[in-house]
Amino acid sequence: MNHQRRDALKAGGGLGVLGLLATVGLIRPETAHAAWNEQAFGAKSLDAAFEVLGAGKPAVSDDVVLNTPDIAENGAVVPVGVVSKLPGTEYVAIMIEKNPYMLAASFTIPEGTQAEVQTRVKMGQTSDVYALVKADGKFYMAKKEVKVTLGGCGG
Amino acid sequence: MASPMRIRAAAKDGVTEVRVLMSHVMETGQRKDSSGEVIPAHFITELTARHNDKLVLSAEFGPSVSTNPYLAFKFKGGEKGDKVTVSWVDNKGDSRTDEAQIA
Repeated sequence: MNHQRRDALKAGGGLGVLGLLATVGLIRPETAHAAWNEQAFGAKSLDAAFEVLGAGKPAVSDDVVLNTPDIAENGAVVPVGVVSKLPGTEYVAIMIEKNPYMLAASFTIPEGTQAEVQTRVKMGQTSDVYALVKADGKFYMAKKEVKVTLGGCGG
Repeated sequence: MASPMRIRAAAKDGVTEVRVLMSHVMETGQRKDSSGEVIPAHFITELTARHNDKLVLSAEFGPSVSTNPYLAFKFKGGEKGDKVTVSWVDNKGDSRTDEAQIA
């Protein structure tokens, strides 16, 4: 532990506040964890996750574009991109309905950053993928099915 | 300690595109090893990206994000030579911070 802390100090050196934050995170991991939305990430169903996030029943919007392949050969690496054309987009979440933990990732988008993120997720089986977007205080979503030929969860 | 991230940032027409490839096992806690023991979950939970000192993206990851996570996003502004810093923290309290210059 001490050794790790030393490395973190080295890595963080000269980065000022950031380095300090990283160090604080290491010394007191529970502080860092408190920020992580465990409830939302632990949600086992779409409705539960929507509820935790305060999204209720989000409206389907054409201005939320979900870029995924129609068929993913390898479920361990499925590229997912979300673009929101809604003004004032402040939050984007990616959800995979049939994964054991369906919330894959969420992004908080400060002003000046474009509502356009891409990442890669694991998918255990063919499932609907949802993009949840919060814009101007309201929630919107888009949905797309991705067929998985080889699952990415479990050995 | 985890290996360094690979960060590419390129400015074009007033918009900077940042691509990050992290090196992390992203173990879900669902898998079992050959002796049937559950492999404990180990994944990145939080990530922040800064342009110079301004926060440009914060993200939370769950175990569904792929091994060696990839992330791409765009923000307005950013000049050649500016600094982009990305940090993550995982569920075991490990963390890593790397920086790159905008090209």
